[in-house]
Amino acid sequence: MVPDHPTSDLAGEVRRVAHLARLALPDEEIPRFARDLERILAHVRQLQELDVEGVEPTAHAMPVTNVFRADEPRPGLTREDALANAPASRAGLFLVPRILE
Amino acid sequence: MNHEAVIGLEIHVQLRTRSKIFCGCPTAYGAEPNRQVCPVCLGLPGALPVLNEEAVRLTVMAGLLLGCQIRRFSKFDRKNYFYPDMPKNYQISQYDLPLCVGGGLEIETPAGPKTVRLRRIHLEEDVAKNLHFEQASGVDFNRAGTPLMEIVTEPDLASADEALAFLQALKRILHYGGISDCNLEEGNVRCDVNVSVRPAGSAALGVKTEIKNLNTFRGVHRALTHEIRRQTELLAGGGRLVQETRRWNDELGVTEPMRTKEEAHDYRYFPEPDLMPVVLDEARIEQWRAALPELPAVRRARFVAEYGLPDYDAEVLTADREVADFFEAAARRCGRPKAVSNWIMTEVLRAMGERGVGIGALRLTPDALAELVKVVDRGAISALRGKEILAELIERGGRPAEVIERRGLAQVSDEAAIEAWAAEAIAAHPGPAEEYRRGKAAALQFLIGQVMKLSRGRANPKLAGEALRQRLGRAG
Repeated sequence: MVPDHPTSDLAGEVRRVAHLARLALPDEEIPRFARDLERILAHVRQLQELDVEGVEPTAHAMPVTNVFRADEPRPGLTREDALANAPASRAGLFLVPRILE
Repeated sequence: MNHEAVIGLEIHVQLRTRSKIFCGCPTAYGAEPNRQVCPVCLGLPGALPVLNEEAVRLTVMAGLLLGCQIRRFSKFDRKNYFYPDMPKNYQISQYDLPLCVGGGLEIETPAGPKTVRLRRIHLEEDVAKNLHFEQASGVDFNRAGTPLMEIVTEPDLASADEALAFLQALKRILHYGGISDCNLEEGNVRCDVNVSVRPAGSAALGVKTEIKNLNTFRGVHRALTHEIRRQTELLAGGGRLVQETRRWNDELGVTEPMRTKEEAHDYRYFPEPDLMPVVLDEARIEQWRAALPELPAVRRARFVAEYGLPDYDAEVLTADREVADFFEAAARRCGRPKAVSNWIMTEVLRAMGERGVGIGALRLTPDALAELVKVVDRGAISALRGKEILAELIERGGRPAEVIERRGLAQVSDEAAIEAWAAEAIAAHPGPAEEYRRGKAAALQFLIGQVMKLSRGRANPKLAGEALRQRLGRAG
């Protein structure tokens, strides 16, 4: 889907998308990504010319449905394993920078 | 100018499953931090979710109980955002094709019954729990991945009281249906409220605020009461409201603005590629529908019609599904519904209240209660003794016959024994005996009481009266 906000400000759009994805883009890289983004949008605009009247929206390409598991508990990781890669932990908790709400 | 409030609720309800929604980690409450975790619910790269069928069934059951339309085709989506409670940076939820749509729930208001419409019910994963320290925050993932059902209402509620009535009615149904334990202390039910005010009778909606993460019904009521007053006063004073998210400060009893993020929420929902769609055919839905429990209101009416109970009894008994089940089992066994109801509504409910437990935690069984009713009916023991026996059945279990035998409580109908007690009572109380001979009928009750005392309550009172009358020359 092409964004519903105007895309004339491509550089601004790149910055916005980068921020949403928490990517730190240096300013000098912005023109390159703006060009890429413009090509992507052009491609999508081309797709939008297709007549899809009567075609159900498709979320999955494979005709597989209802993949379930039974409601049976089973052991997972030990706490020691779970915390093994954490940069910091305390009292069995993953420590992160203090969250401000 | 008079203002009226317009309120919509988003209620998050943890489902009663044994394992999490996308992995086999247990959902039991109260474990030490991060003891119920695995690569899936920790959001480790490469881990793949597999949907717990029971979570789908419970959500559909909730939808059926609330009159929703059940979607034949539904799917999961990723809701993208960054927060430490969700390390894979998206929450698996349902966006455009939730499991249930529409539906409604009737509540009682001072102006009469009112139907609150539902917009949708979707299924998602709960997130981790944050704890805050001085310099850092800690994250516990035990809760992450608990199946969470989100129920969204239409903005049909007009006051804090109505919101509270709705939540209580909803809780009753979900608990009754076995959908959720609805234990508020354990965070099973959390609520976001959307509220705006507008001039009374106006059709246009005012600017709304959202109050996040209220975890008690009392909190919802207090937060709404405060927020409606705040908005009304602001508008009455010529002020302007801004659309914002606020937080309820329970200590101060006020709502306060939350730090607004610099950009509006842009969750960039897209289909979850790791989960296949859910397709529910008619047969499966009908099979689940057939297993629906009878709702409290329907059951109440049936108790009146089928067992001839007074409205009041029916209402008390059906307020708790386990109590209602217990009643029915005992009543069917002995064929004396009103007697069973009397015992439950007095002694049994009191014992539950004193212990703070459900009926299932008592040692008393429906069979034992039915037997007790029969024993009292037969006159083998008095109603007063019945109470003692019931107390013991509640405390220690067993059958009434055993308790009566063990404690020597059986009513004595043996004529010789009763004759002897009658003679002893008359000898000990010549005054009342004489009064009775002269025609004072009430004196007989006193003497019967004395026989009961001598027999430690075991004498058959009817036979005792006859024996006394005979001895005092006023037989028949």
